[in-house]
Amino acid sequence: MEQTSRGKHPGLDKDDRAGSDRLIQWRYFKDRMATVAVGIGGIGVLVAILLIFFYLAWVVLPLFAPASMDKVAEYADPIGEPALLLSVEEQAEVATHVGTDGRVRYFDVLTGELRGESRIPIPEGASIASFDQIDSNRGVFGLLLDNGGLVVVKEVHQIRFDDQGRRVVSSLDFPYGEDPIETGLGEVRSLDVRVSPESLLIAAAMPDGRIELIRYVQEVGLFGGSGELTADEQAALRLDLPPDQRIERLLLDPAENWLHVLTDAGEVVTTNIRRLGRPERLGPVTVAGDGAHVVDARYLNGGISLLVTTSDGRITQLFPVRDEGAGWRLQKVREFEAPGEAMVSALDIEQRRRGFVAADAEGRVAIYYATSHRQLLNEAVMDGPIADIALAPRADRLLVTSRDGQVSVYDVHNEHPEVSLSSLWGKVWYESYPEPDYVWQSSSATSDFEPKFSLMPLSFGTLKAAFYAMLFAMPLAICGAIYTAYFMSPELRQIVKPTIEIMEALPTVILGFLAGLWLAPVLELNMPGAFLLILMLPLAIPLSGFLWTRFPASIRHRVPDGWVPALLIPVVVFIGWLAFALSRPVEAALFGGSMPLWLNNEMGITYDQRNALVVGLAMGFAVIPTIFSIAEDAVFSVPKQLSQGSLALGATPWQTLVRVVLPTASPGMFSAVMIGMGRAVGETMIVLMATGNTPIMDMSIFQGMRTLSANIAVEMPESEVGSTHFRLLFLSGLVLFLFTFFFNTLAEVVRQRLRRKYSTL
Amino acid sequence: MSQQKSITRTRAGSFSEWYASGQPWVWFTGGAVALSGLMVVGLLALIAIRGLGHFWPAPIIEAVYVEPGEAPRPLIAQLGYSETVSTARLQSAGIPVDGDQEFYERRLVKVANRDVYGADFRYLLDDWIQQRTTPETLSVFERLEWGDLYGYLISVSEHGEPIAGEGDDLWSVFKTRHARARDLYHQIEHIQEGAIGSVNYELEQLRLRQRRLELENRVTDEALARIQQERDTLNAEYRALQQELDALNAAIERDSITVRVQNEQTVTVSLAEVVRGYRPNAMSLLGKLRFYFAKIWEFVSDDPREANTEGGVFPAIFGTVLMVMLMSVFVTPFGVVAALYLREYAKQGVVTRVIRIAVNNLAGVPSIVYGVFGLGFFVYALGGSIDQLFFPAALPSPTFGTGGIFWASLTLALLTLPVVIVSTEEGLARIPRSLREASLALGATKAETLWKIVLPMSSPAMMTGLILAIARAAGEVAPLMLVGVVKLAPSLPLDGNFPYLHLDRKFMHLGFHIYDVGFQSPNVEAARPLVYATALLLVLVIVILNLAAVRIRNRLRERYRALEH
Repeated sequence: MEQTSRGKHPGLDKDDRAGSDRLIQWRYFKDRMATVAVGIGGIGVLVAILLIFFYLAWVVLPLFAPASMDKVAEYADPIGEPALLLSVEEQAEVATHVGTDGRVRYFDVLTGELRGESRIPIPEGASIASFDQIDSNRGVFGLLLDNGGLVVVKEVHQIRFDDQGRRVVSSLDFPYGEDPIETGLGEVRSLDVRVSPESLLIAAAMPDGRIELIRYVQEVGLFGGSGELTADEQAALRLDLPPDQRIERLLLDPAENWLHVLTDAGEVVTTNIRRLGRPERLGPVTVAGDGAHVVDARYLNGGISLLVTTSDGRITQLFPVRDEGAGWRLQKVREFEAPGEAMVSALDIEQRRRGFVAADAEGRVAIYYATSHRQLLNEAVMDGPIADIALAPRADRLLVTSRDGQVSVYDVHNEHPEVSLSSLWGKVWYESYPEPDYVWQSSSATSDFEPKFSLMPLSFGTLKAAFYAMLFAMPLAICGAIYTAYFMSPELRQIVKPTIEIMEALPTVILGFLAGLWLAPVLELNMPGAFLLILMLPLAIPLSGFLWTRFPASIRHRVPDGWVPALLIPVVVFIGWLAFALSRPVEAALFGGSMPLWLNNEMGITYDQRNALVVGLAMGFAVIPTIFSIAEDAVFSVPKQLSQGSLALGATPWQTLVRVVLPTASPGMFSAVMIGMGRAVGETMIVLMATGNTPIMDMSIFQGMRTLSANIAVEMPESEVGSTHFRLLFLSGLVLFLFTFFFNTLAEVVRQRLRRKYSTL
Repeated sequence: MSQQKSITRTRAGSFSEWYASGQPWVWFTGGAVALSGLMVVGLLALIAIRGLGHFWPAPIIEAVYVEPGEAPRPLIAQLGYSETVSTARLQSAGIPVDGDQEFYERRLVKVANRDVYGADFRYLLDDWIQQRTTPETLSVFERLEWGDLYGYLISVSEHGEPIAGEGDDLWSVFKTRHARARDLYHQIEHIQEGAIGSVNYELEQLRLRQRRLELENRVTDEALARIQQERDTLNAEYRALQQELDALNAAIERDSITVRVQNEQTVTVSLAEVVRGYRPNAMSLLGKLRFYFAKIWEFVSDDPREANTEGGVFPAIFGTVLMVMLMSVFVTPFGVVAALYLREYAKQGVVTRVIRIAVNNLAGVPSIVYGVFGLGFFVYALGGSIDQLFFPAALPSPTFGTGGIFWASLTLALLTLPVVIVSTEEGLARIPRSLREASLALGATKAETLWKIVLPMSSPAMMTGLILAIARAAGEVAPLMLVGVVKLAPSLPLDGNFPYLHLDRKFMHLGFHIYDVGFQSPNVEAARPLVYATALLLVLVIVILNLAAVRIRNRLRERYRALEH
């Protein structure tokens, strides 16, 4: 600035003036640059903050995106014969076609070019009488020959790396040898076979209505080699079906507990075959309408749910559930609509999830998901009837063949079928559950487990924790704020307010640790004491106030105005001591020595050591400073002339407070509660440490819960990136974000209004 | 408030009159303040007492435990806290107590010697601990493994041969030999962590260099030879260190002690394993004090041992401080620029009001949400891309594509940004208009006014904001669990190997240490006192930071009050 003023001084030479002009320009340039830099920086930071919201939303959105299919290839059917089985291997590159004559041909999924051929050894003169897809996950199927021989075949697809690069080499394997197993069965109406490492179970519906069950046991050699198959058990079942019904289809469940018999009248009869001697019958359950018959029946992945398609365009999901007693019943759980008006002509099951694909005689294909009860996609893909469909094991590619010899191949994008609004927030009937329920169970030890993604127990737990915390914190914080702002002497206020505000910064991990490791066991041991304290304190405090009026005036006058809390400290300490000293005698007298035991035995209330009471106290402690600080400000900033006017008119201090001050300050108190609530809802460490983290829905104060935030902390590190589970955890985060943001904004707007109102007063 | 005619002046009257005046409610609200205050004080006192009490050398007793129906058993233990338990509870826990007595005192005792008894803590009934004595020769040996050893020192051996000596002589023999063993131990540690650590680090760097050359198709014989040559040098260095280490290890294993524990059993421990030996019953007050402060020093300066249940928390302190410092580096400039923009440059109106509310509210968004964002955006999205671009040699093991101190501090910077913005804005708003106008009237540009007048004057406000941000960040755990904090980090994020500051490393944190040791530890009783101590440390740091912020804020207000008038 010195230089500038000198530059403008007359009588200096031109160079100097030019220099000062340059300097001024340079300074203005710097000023402009500063404006630009601050603008960019400031807006950048604000955008970065907004990014949180958009990034969370961006991760969550694919959950709700519909499924889609892109056609990637179309060609004439390279084989042109009807197939017993059409399947696509893991890499979705090679399709396998099993012909009715025992020829197995492989072709390229994308081009239709034939890749090779294998042959199932069928003895001279025999032909295939019946076919069963034993285990689609492992590519195992069985062929029953008309001479009674059974051949079990396994598809083998291996990836090889050689000079031609990476390619899939396909072949066949015969786990029970190439020679057919002699079963003695001839012509059968329906056949189902199950294999397990040590046994082979065959169920066959005979033309005369009998059902033959044969179990073979494979003797495992001493050195691990598999030995001979020997027939171990054989039984004939006779179902007393009405004379006009015949067996259409048989299905054994993979655990070999149940045998489902589907009749041509559309009924399902299930038999427990655990003990062949005493079979137990469930059903019949009718799945088809009048005059309709069963078209196909398959097991969903996991081997619990049965899926039945009928000629009247229904797809029904059934599974056995435990009855109230010890028994079982076959339960019709869900019904899905067929892809179109026409009959369902083909059905394929997803191998990793509870999904399936159905195709009909008019060329429509629909993708379904059982747990979420959704039809994710419904598209016309062919002009004519569809003969067969094959879904790749990863459910990312679909092969469709039509009756008129066309093949279409689609890439399927269906990442998150498990999620729908109803499956997130409604009751869902999960496999093996006795009734529909809200369950959060995101992972398990086995791979074919049905994930249960209900956000209800978590949201319930969140609100429950917040509720108990607010129950404890709200009265204390608001009463404390009123006293501090309105009655307390200024000297004391200068100590109390900062002290309580500093507690706001106390790390919640410390509160959580104290709650879990100190408070929870102490409360368990002294429960009657805690309840006595809650009862006695509200009585003792006003009582001691009254007794204080009976004290000699000389003592009373020595205590200045607004020091009630200091007077009450000994009272509170004494009552606290008394309550806990009485705890054990009371417990011994009333509760037989142990209140948790008494609750459990006499009242039927389960007592968890880390329960909602502990969380309520600890989290209440965490939110008291928040509520206190804002509420105190609200009461304190009520213009003084209002309360002074009221007092001058003869109202008592309490009347003034209730009738004048509090109504004016109430919006501020409201926003204090909202902000406290927001903090309680999002708090993580306290609930993580002070609850058992079990996602149950029970309002009991003596039980724990799992909250959205604790759930994120527990499960996020193990979640697979991009999976439904991962995105659902992001969704929990987004829900928390929006919830707290909404309540905080509400509180902030109310507060700003209030501030403007005060300024006009 | 002076205008209230307070309780203390109320004339003594009937209860109903008193009730009608509303006084009970006033007392009621006062009670809320008293209760809140007591809870705060009680909580701090609880943490302080439990945290600080742990380091005091408590006496060890020898006693006889007489359980009805069983033979009396000898007991050597340190007594812990006791609680009154009703007979019913004890009976339901399967303890053969006499039903005549209604209550029993149940005491937690530390019997130590985990290798002999299986567990080092036990709940015993106080009444059954009889004939208590505190013999002076009872000793405590802290070990590297298996926790403490309580018992009588019966001999010190060299190469397995006992050395003569008894009583105090034996103890002084132990003292001198133990000092030698500790000295050797520190030398070994120095070589292992310092020298061998950096050789390993350089070997790993060489491997990465070679891999990078392979990926970029620039492998030449010459380059390979050079790498091989460097590798040979390092390997030779490593072998030399290893030899030195072997010699030291042999030397440290020379001496051992034999200790008689409570059942006439003896335990022999190599002196290399003994961290510290002392006789608490024989200590003078001064000796106890010295011991106490030595233990506290160990706690703040040493590495943790035994799954974090023994030793110190130095790496956690270090990690917390470094993470917070990095966070300050990110949050200060961005927070100040955003506040400057909002207050000085942006056109004030509805938009800025909305932004201000939004920024304010972000401070109330749950911290775990920031953790989720940090994990998804910083770690997986940004970190994954950085790995692809700059560290392909290390793949598939991630460098920045996994949690680390860099991402943790960025996440916390985002979390505390609203605090800094709000505080700085408040400071800017407090600067009197007249000062700015004076500067502008003298011909200064807006930028110059800001830089020379406004910013220096509002620096205390920024400081307040930063301190509050630090206080919040130091105590925040939930987001860190997702973005890079671990229970035990193999190496500090700052060391002597180039580039010295390793932003990709995982780190330890005091808050997470509390959670981990308190809740994931297999030996909760042993860990609990250390958790209290850690909690106390954390509370102290945060309370001090907050008090500093309050003081700075108050001083700032004083200053402007002077300016305004």
